[in-house]
Amino acid sequence: MHEAARPQRDEAQGELEQAAAFPGAVRPARRRTVDRYGVRLAVYEWGDAGAPPLLLAHGGFDFAGTFDVFAPLLAAGGWRVVTWDQRGHGDSAHTALYSWEADTRDALSVLDSTTREPAPLVGHSKGGSLFTHLTEACPHRVACLVNLDGLPSRRPSPDVSDHERTKLLAADITGWLDHRRRVSSLERKAAALADLAARRGRMNPRLTPEWLRYLVTIGARHDADGWRWKIDPALRFGGFGPWRPDWYLERLPGLAVPMLGVLGLVPEVMGWGTTADSVRAFLPPGAELVELADTGHFLHIEKPREIADLVLRFLASACRP
Amino acid sequence: MQTVIHGKVRLALHELRGGLGRALLLLHGLGERSPSALPPETSAWPGPVLALDFTGHGQSTVPAGGGYTAEILMADADAALAQLGAATLMGRGIGAYVALLLAGARPLAVRGAILRDGAGLAGGGPRPGGSHIPAIEPDPVVPPDPFAVAELSRDIRPPDYASSFARQAAQLSGLDHPITVCAIGRPDWLRAVIEEPGVEISDPHSALRAYAKIEAA
Repeated sequence: MHEAARPQRDEAQGELEQAAAFPGAVRPARRRTVDRYGVRLAVYEWGDAGAPPLLLAHGGFDFAGTFDVFAPLLAAGGWRVVTWDQRGHGDSAHTALYSWEADTRDALSVLDSTTREPAPLVGHSKGGSLFTHLTEACPHRVACLVNLDGLPSRRPSPDVSDHERTKLLAADITGWLDHRRRVSSLERKAAALADLAARRGRMNPRLTPEWLRYLVTIGARHDADGWRWKIDPALRFGGFGPWRPDWYLERLPGLAVPMLGVLGLVPEVMGWGTTADSVRAFLPPGAELVELADTGHFLHIEKPREIADLVLRFLASACRP
Repeated sequence: MQTVIHGKVRLALHELRGGLGRALLLLHGLGERSPSALPPETSAWPGPVLALDFTGHGQSTVPAGGGYTAEILMADADAALAQLGAATLMGRGIGAYVALLLAGARPLAVRGAILRDGAGLAGGGPRPGGSHIPAIEPDPVVPPDPFAVAELSRDIRPPDYASSFARQAAQLSGLDHPITVCAIGRPDWLRAVIEEPGVEISDPHSALRAYAKIEAA
């Protein structure tokens, strides 16, 4: 039995070693912890510690390590790139409560721990949206803003009768409440590395299997019974609430810092379906909007060099300190 | 005192009076805690009377770092329903708003929701105001959690969002009047709710009398 088990273990070890390397991926040069209000946030940095700082924010259900290729490219452009695992994600604390306001306050805590000077903010998806909010709330702390496919779109009204819509809402809400009733006993399912990668591939269909396997080695932990994503099982995709995308759109024109928005136009499951036409009228004066026709939501992972060059060029013109 | 587990939070559920039959569940206002004695107006209620301390309030867990929403308080109250079974709700202030949400979200388990005045009735208004991020100095000892008070007093309550819960309660509860408004205050969300069918305006005594007569589902 013992002899028979060994080749399997070697195979798993081999799979791990192969997955743990990805071309261009560099783990952060420095790690630290920000603990404010009793919430421990894992913070990561790439680049020269003395270079001007830039804050980077990941999207929902991602984690700082998803920047392992993109962040080093920005760092090589002369920036101290600082990012963090948002609460519930990666190596940061799993908290009792999650909200937009809490995430924004956490972002401010990380910024406070990094610099008191105005800094450039670069956010992907939910991270772009968070940084847009932070820019409006604390304009004096922000040098410029880059929003990578995190610009809002108007939610289309479902083409159903009012009564049907009530039933849809009811199903969403009872589904969420049922989840909350179970949440204290939820645990992420353990599986083989390749299975976790395949599962994530369903949410990230445009990303390569090699990248997804690499993500498992940094975004999951290896327990005796297999790999588990580190993300808090309390976090759930979708949801409901009073927030309207229109309110976010209405904030854009008043932003007081240089802004670059980048849209990946290929629709996909994690994307927001935002089109340039739907946001252009709301952009602040002088803002730049770049559309990438053949790119999906994870544009900095699909095209790290191209997006890094775009961002570095913008930073050089808009907010080089 | 019973404990209700909701995620990483332990909620305190106080039995103010025991008994058989459908419970009356009291939901306190923002920054408040459950009453320690039976409120006189509830003494005629035929079943048990209980009161829930929301997350960050009374004897419930004060979690680190805030992140409160009215929806998570609704899930607090729903976790209590999971323990109690069907119940009639009576909420003050933010507890009234939570009672409305839960009446729409669990129309068969909520056998009537009574909405009364109290702290946090208005919330943060129908639209977001400034995007200011308040500086909070958490007090490690004494509830209520200052994060709860700061965040939930800014909680946005669009009138059409609130009415959609009233409509769900009316359409799916099978009750003639699943919502009874006893509050005198009229924030925008409540003004919209009272326009919905199935929403009655009354006083607490009459409302409790009417809901006590509802047969078991």
